[in-house]
Amino acid sequence: MNLHLRGGTLIDPGAGTERQADLFVAGERIAAVGTAPSGFVADRTIDAQGLMVMPGLIDLSARLREPGFEYRATLESELAAAVAGGVTRLVCPPDTDPPLDEPGLVEMLTRRAASLKLARVHPLGALTQGLEGERLTEMAELAEAGCVAFSQDDRPFANLTVLLRALQYATTFSQAVWLRPEDAGLARGGVAHDGEVATRLGLPGIPALAETVAVAAILLLVRETGARVHLCRLSTAGAVDMVRVAKSEGLPVTCDVAVHHVHLSEMDIGFFDANCRLSPPLRSLRDRDALARGLVEGVIDAVCSDHAPVDEDGKQMPFGEAEPGATGLELLLPLTLKWAAATSLSLPAALARLTSGPAAVLGLEAPGLGPGAVADLCMFDPQAWWRVEPAALLSQGKNTPFAGYELQGRVRYTVVAGRVVHEATGTI
Amino acid sequence: MTGNPQLGASGELRHLLSIEGLPRAILVHILDTARSFASVTEREIKKVPLLRGKSVFNLFFESSTRTRTTFEIAAKRLSADVVNLNVATSSQSKGETLLDTVANLAAMHADLFVVRHATSGAPHLIARHVAPEIHVINAGDGRHAHPTQALLDMFTIRHFKGDFSRLKVAIVGDVLHSRVARSEIHALTTLGVPEVRVVGPRTLIPTQVEKLGVHVHHDMATGLKDVDVVMMLRLQNERMNGALLPSAQEYFKWYGLTPARLALAASDAIVMHPGPMNRGVEIDSAVADGAQSVILPQVTFGIAVRMAVMAIVAGN
Repeated sequence: MNLHLRGGTLIDPGAGTERQADLFVAGERIAAVGTAPSGFVADRTIDAQGLMVMPGLIDLSARLREPGFEYRATLESELAAAVAGGVTRLVCPPDTDPPLDEPGLVEMLTRRAASLKLARVHPLGALTQGLEGERLTEMAELAEAGCVAFSQDDRPFANLTVLLRALQYATTFSQAVWLRPEDAGLARGGVAHDGEVATRLGLPGIPALAETVAVAAILLLVRETGARVHLCRLSTAGAVDMVRVAKSEGLPVTCDVAVHHVHLSEMDIGFFDANCRLSPPLRSLRDRDALARGLVEGVIDAVCSDHAPVDEDGKQMPFGEAEPGATGLELLLPLTLKWAAATSLSLPAALARLTSGPAAVLGLEAPGLGPGAVADLCMFDPQAWWRVEPAALLSQGKNTPFAGYELQGRVRYTVVAGRVVHEATGTI
Repeated sequence: MTGNPQLGASGELRHLLSIEGLPRAILVHILDTARSFASVTEREIKKVPLLRGKSVFNLFFESSTRTRTTFEIAAKRLSADVVNLNVATSSQSKGETLLDTVANLAAMHADLFVVRHATSGAPHLIARHVAPEIHVINAGDGRHAHPTQALLDMFTIRHFKGDFSRLKVAIVGDVLHSRVARSEIHALTTLGVPEVRVVGPRTLIPTQVEKLGVHVHHDMATGLKDVDVVMMLRLQNERMNGALLPSAQEYFKWYGLTPARLALAASDAIVMHPGPMNRGVEIDSAVADGAQSVILPQVTFGIAVRMAVMAIVAGN
């Protein structure tokens, strides 16, 4: 299959360039930019005028709910949502049922995901058996089965010794460890940021300290072990400051932020809006602004959707009893564009947080648009305004704090390995 | 999710979920209406027909004797039919969701739900899902709000002090876990009390509580100095020995309301408590039963205030 994408604006975040040019795809790879290679015959020509053409988005945290929670979502529904959002590669946490702690499970998941020929799926292996925080998993085996790194997801470790051993063991096999920093004791029982809004609404609080204490401990263990650690979904200004210092000292640490934390704060909880029940919780305005700035600076390497589909019954509960999580794959690009528009960054530099930034975290080569690059592409209309209607989302999770928002930027085509896997033509 | 979910299109009170965000005029209207009902409760025939033919469902997901009883008496004095449901021991334990329970009861033609729930925000959730002709009154949710308690406290203060605009009020004790304290703070500030203090050890004062418009004190000597009203809070048994407080004895020694501490307040200060009291933990019997205590009048006024709230919300 040969594709000719005609007249689009090519955004190459890795190279930092933006220019109008035709793009030619032959098979799974980009064949040429500007003029067609000799003898090129397009099987399909797509009119890309007015569209931005960029490498496909890489989402570092998308829960697919399979295996075990198929009533919430399936690979079919969520990978369709991924490509509808321009996401061509995603990382899924190991919090399935059973958790991803055995090679067979990982192989089954990756095989099923690959057979759908939509977005590419990279599972995180469980760091401890059953995610119970006590005994290590067979990380070397799991890595061979396809795990890209190892994670404890949102579960606590029995004690810091287990975390220390996990870091040492993972490092033995050159595996990265992804940690969502939260001290279980300080967070216990909490459902919202311990601040003004939780006090007003009488919601048990999760102090910012629950995150910063954990980051401090992890950074000390990294210094000790030299382990390669990625900190997932930071939510506090204090954590951003600590990572800035750690990076300046040369520690092998990266981090990401969920896109909702860049836009929302505890104030958005309003009158107990369960769509704002998230983990980690929405924090103060000061935290939100520090996260948005950290992403501009590059202290935060990537922005992710933190996609966590929850069924309706899980949200139709009093705030504190509702399931945490929001659907996000289809909103990642427009919400990132909204953040970018409020910064001084160029569009390629901003979109690097969705492409080369997360690729570097994964240890992948920066995705590009040059000849020879794999043709994983996202083509979006930067002018299109659309209203977030939960029922119209492809994800099985309809719960989002952004319901009713007017957002700019709509994905029109998504290409994975040279195949058009999503197209949304016409106006919405 | 925008606007105050308690108010109807023309600003009328549809539900009473929280004191927060209610205009002063509505609070004053409730207090004035309660005053007219106070005389009803002193008559030989203590009934008025304002809610005749209406069904009031007392929906208690958390047990309570006093609050449920006063709501029941208030509804009966308004001539409503009253159904008491102790849901803590029935359908919810069979796995039915909160909204399913409410939908089933609404199908029995309830007009008014009086809801108590252990989780903050549960009455908001119910109010958002009931049909427009059904009303919800919050009888206490989690740590969030207990608006009728705060209103009866305001009624009591007005009864004994006349005017809110020159008062100093101290709320003493476990503010962190107290829905009563939160509703009292909103009611006092809305009604124009110039100085509201909260007093307690740091472990029992919530983060950024000063954003609610109160002054924070950790020492009873400064906290009670010259106040006109002392509003005590109940200290739950399960808070007394752990990481929040070392013991009930130590708590009483530093934060218990004794005659000597009360002497720091204005000489005509009144002492209030939402009940049930822990004598010898947060309050000395000499104070609870003393001349400045208005704890029993609070209970009496509670009926008139709950009649007023039900009549205003569900009456025509």
